[in-house]
Amino acid sequence: MNVSFNWLKELAPGLEGTPEELADRLAMYGAPVDAIEPVGEGLADIVVARVERVRPHPNADRLSLCEVDAGTGEVQQVVCGAPNVRAGAYYPFAPVGASLPGGITIRRARIRGEESNGMLCSERELGLGRDHTGILELHGTYTPGERLTAALGLDDVRIVVDVTPNRGDLLSHIGVARELAPGGEAGIRLAPFPTASGEAADGPALADAPALRTTAGPGTTGGVKITIEDTRGCPRYIGAVIRGVTIGPSPDWLASRLRAVGLRPINNVVDATNYVLYELGQPLHAFDLDRLEGPEIVVRRARPGETIVTLDGQRRVLDADMTVIADATRPVAIAGVMGGEDSEVGPETRNVLLECALFDPRSIRRTRRALGMSTDASARFERGVDPEGMERAIRRALALIQVVAGGTIEPVIADVHPSPRQAPVLKLRPARVSHLLGIALDVRQITSCLEPIGFQVTPGADGVLDVRVPGHRWGDVEREVDLIEEVARRYGYDAFPETLRPFRPSSVPDDAVARLENRLRERFVARGFLEARTAAFAPESEGDVALLLPLSSAESRLRRDLVPGLIHRVEYNFARGVRHIRLFEIGTVFAPGPTPADPPLEATRVAAVFTGSRQMPHWSGNDAAYDLWDLKALMTEIAEALGPDLIVEPDDSPRPVYESGLYLRIVDGDGRKIGEGGRVASSAVDAPAWASDVWAFEIELRPELAVRRPVTFQPLPAYPAIERDLALLVPDEIPAAGVEAVIREAGGQLLEAVWPFDLYRGRGVPAGSRSIAFRLRFRAADRTLTDRDADAATARVLRRLKDELGIERRV
Amino acid sequence: MRGETEPGAAVGELVAALEAVAAEAVAEIGGVADASALESARVRYLGRKEGKLTVLMRRLAEVPPEDRPKIGAAANRAKAAISEALDRRMAELTAQASAQVVGEDLTLPGRVSWKGARHPVTLVIEEICETLRYLGFTRVRGPEAETEWHNFTALNTPLDHPAADMHDTFYLGDGILLRSHTSPVQIRTMQAFRPPIRVVVPGMAYRRDPFDASHAPAFEQIEGLVVDEGISFVDLKATVAAFAREFFGPGARVRFRPSFFPFTEPSAEVDVSCLICGGGGCSACKGTGWIEIMGAGMVDPAVFEHVGYDAERYTGFAFGMGPARIAMLRYRIPDIRLLYESDVRFLSQFD
Repeated sequence: MNVSFNWLKELAPGLEGTPEELADRLAMYGAPVDAIEPVGEGLADIVVARVERVRPHPNADRLSLCEVDAGTGEVQQVVCGAPNVRAGAYYPFAPVGASLPGGITIRRARIRGEESNGMLCSERELGLGRDHTGILELHGTYTPGERLTAALGLDDVRIVVDVTPNRGDLLSHIGVARELAPGGEAGIRLAPFPTASGEAADGPALADAPALRTTAGPGTTGGVKITIEDTRGCPRYIGAVIRGVTIGPSPDWLASRLRAVGLRPINNVVDATNYVLYELGQPLHAFDLDRLEGPEIVVRRARPGETIVTLDGQRRVLDADMTVIADATRPVAIAGVMGGEDSEVGPETRNVLLECALFDPRSIRRTRRALGMSTDASARFERGVDPEGMERAIRRALALIQVVAGGTIEPVIADVHPSPRQAPVLKLRPARVSHLLGIALDVRQITSCLEPIGFQVTPGADGVLDVRVPGHRWGDVEREVDLIEEVARRYGYDAFPETLRPFRPSSVPDDAVARLENRLRERFVARGFLEARTAAFAPESEGDVALLLPLSSAESRLRRDLVPGLIHRVEYNFARGVRHIRLFEIGTVFAPGPTPADPPLEATRVAAVFTGSRQMPHWSGNDAAYDLWDLKALMTEIAEALGPDLIVEPDDSPRPVYESGLYLRIVDGDGRKIGEGGRVASSAVDAPAWASDVWAFEIELRPELAVRRPVTFQPLPAYPAIERDLALLVPDEIPAAGVEAVIREAGGQLLEAVWPFDLYRGRGVPAGSRSIAFRLRFRAADRTLTDRDADAATARVLRRLKDELGIERRV
Repeated sequence: MRGETEPGAAVGELVAALEAVAAEAVAEIGGVADASALESARVRYLGRKEGKLTVLMRRLAEVPPEDRPKIGAAANRAKAAISEALDRRMAELTAQASAQVVGEDLTLPGRVSWKGARHPVTLVIEEICETLRYLGFTRVRGPEAETEWHNFTALNTPLDHPAADMHDTFYLGDGILLRSHTSPVQIRTMQAFRPPIRVVVPGMAYRRDPFDASHAPAFEQIEGLVVDEGISFVDLKATVAAFAREFFGPGARVRFRPSFFPFTEPSAEVDVSCLICGGGGCSACKGTGWIEIMGAGMVDPAVFEHVGYDAERYTGFAFGMGPARIAMLRYRIPDIRLLYESDVRFLSQFD
């Protein structure tokens, strides 16, 4: 909501403070200010000039030579290309040396051989609007040389207020004034309008008013019958007729007000309705009465497929859920959203039907969303306008139209109001106020919070207060708690203490998976990995759960795995010349639910992708790239951190992102696969030639894994160990793990540990075999072993290897 | 020969021989060049089999018993002299050896491991959770794909209310959506447990905002919920203020402004004094001295009704904030996209 500082001060004469101070106060009342902008910004050099004489340019058909009085004491010649320039009129003038908004500086120029000393300006050149069809003619009496900003009332400040969806009443100057004015409501006064003769006038409509005749059924104003068929979509419709208006530009004070709030002046009648909209928050619509069939107004649902061309020139197809204003034959406006082009008030209009209606917020919202449009009117109807302020609004608008466009108001204003609503009166328990807010507030304090903003507080039985809700808050104050919020808001959130009190501990257990996640993070970080956070969106190939309305095709699904997204991040780093990359992520993946009506299934996973040197390259050499064994070690480490039963083992049916033969899976105690990893297939990553192999793995974090195993101390060995090395010739088809298993079994109780420490192929080893050297460590818990013990156990191992696997010692 | 030898002369000769060997050894040891030569010298003089001193001592048998102490004393003197010479020379050689290491160029960098780092948003989330833990909050989570009922209806947000516009939502199907905030977890928690409830909920939320410098379609949110008998607006303010002072530092000031959320009433926006300028006004706070960090409010009675709580008996408050935004303020990250691009040069700054 754009608020004019001058307008606000006019409505609330007692209001003090700079725009910045008012902005601070508004923020503390719940309407923060996004911006404070001088309205006439960049117009300091522009003055008002009177064109004394206009004659054709001798060398150009479309240009004129103007003699311009800019108050400098001498008349200057200016070349002008505008078709509307005429002698005797006033225009904004940029003298030589002046800057225009946007930074252009005016210079003395010679145009087609004639000297030009400055520029007469259009609305657009001044940043005051979009009109560039001619220069901006000023309607009023001015002194040449006067600063334009002063002359047009542009010495104003625009306060851009951020209004929350519940506060439709703040989408008007009166609503903002009500919050800020000393004494609130009581400090507000609607100013009389300046008339052409320079006097201020309330206008006859406000003073000796035409009668407002309220009817439940159809009503009539000035011979126009008004009927509401769709009473749900339109609970109330007030119509008035004003005849004999003269359509023309608005006086400058009115145009300036509209410019100050960012509106473009259109013509005096339309501008008058917009003025009232911004002043009182009531949207109004003016129809050209002579273009209404009947003439008649019917508020009804649109017929399916019915169309209307709206004011913006667009043809709109309507449906039966939309409320329209129709004449005898066709829709002439989309209720509460936008009027139709056909019945628009234009230069020829003589007679006007003025609409001041109330529309159902939900219906307006639905309609404008369905049509993909939002207007000043729909924004207000959606949030609820003041039903108690409608009569004031139409009278104010009629008065203003009469002042700026003349005409005669028909004696009866029709008010079709099938079921008038009583103002809600809510019960408010002072004890509940104190209970919810945590401070003791008495009736006097509560009343002084509520009354300035229009609520009427009456003490009722048992100390309970009866609070009458004013029309401008019917939309959002419906319950006791809504009133309590108003009390807190007006009391001032700042005034509440911040005293921390004892509390009872939470009955909700702590999230064990979060602790598991943090343990994993620690491990990855210790290994030099960087945590990534990537969005869960994925292209179609990487996800099975579709978004109905994705932002792009690359984000049309929810990911089924984490690794592909991390590979994209590796590619992103490759593209920036980064070659050493170690990323991990803990995130959610999605799979389709049991039926399309169910939400998708979610799982938390941890994944890592890495490439480059396993250590930061050093001048001493040692910049070997990550290989399979780094992958396996990391997978094993993470698996061990997750649970005692998880096994990392080879898998010969890799998924497409992984390279066959370099693929491992992680299975749980029940043999269920819960993770996988391997070398990323070259087809699955866009890697530059200098990149080294890319490795990846991913594991599901199941909640049952989050149970932390207790650590039990193992006694340290009291006796020395004996080690024996066995270099074994192992045929390629026998996996090392199989050999190790036999050694373990045959080694017996004395075999404390066994591990491979060398692998060799080549001279001395037959083709089809490799030499794997195992180190066996023997130890007894209760004595010092002898060489004889170790030799006996080793012999047993060798025998079993030969018997079971046919494996011999390499000699 | 043995019989002819004069005993006194034999003793004297042996003592002289011992002294000669000692002198010879000390001289030789003083000149050896390295540790292995020193070891050969030790073996040559003190070796258990062929050492010169050892060999001489074997002649002790030739000496009459009454003279043996003299020889023993001489032998000990000789051995001590040699040992001392060995130790001294060893110390000298060690000193020389370490002096030689000075040949390394110590200005070269050492061997370092890669440094890992948690994500800046994780750092913020974990710190928030940790801070709230001291205020009695336990941590919970909930699904990211939600029902319309949990995300909107139960949170008092009718689908045709302008408030639903505040976040344009990603739908997955009829009535199924990606949660637009973490607040549906409030509903799930209240359904699954009874008061007292004090929980903090970190998690992802989704809104149909295309990526730009300050918006991400998927972003982290973290919120707190407290429900019990007698919880008031003062408790909300006190808890949030205590949190802010703990999290942003003891100098942080907190400001509550009225606001609107469909699921809280009264509602508040919470500002904290600007982390950059401390409240004097700068570009980060647009000159106001305040930075908006949180939405908060008392749980709306309509929400309690949806989860079957007696709104007269129980009251509560909720608050929510964006860890990404806080990370951007804290680490002065100018563009939210940096958080999600996973540029190694970015991520490695947060170790």
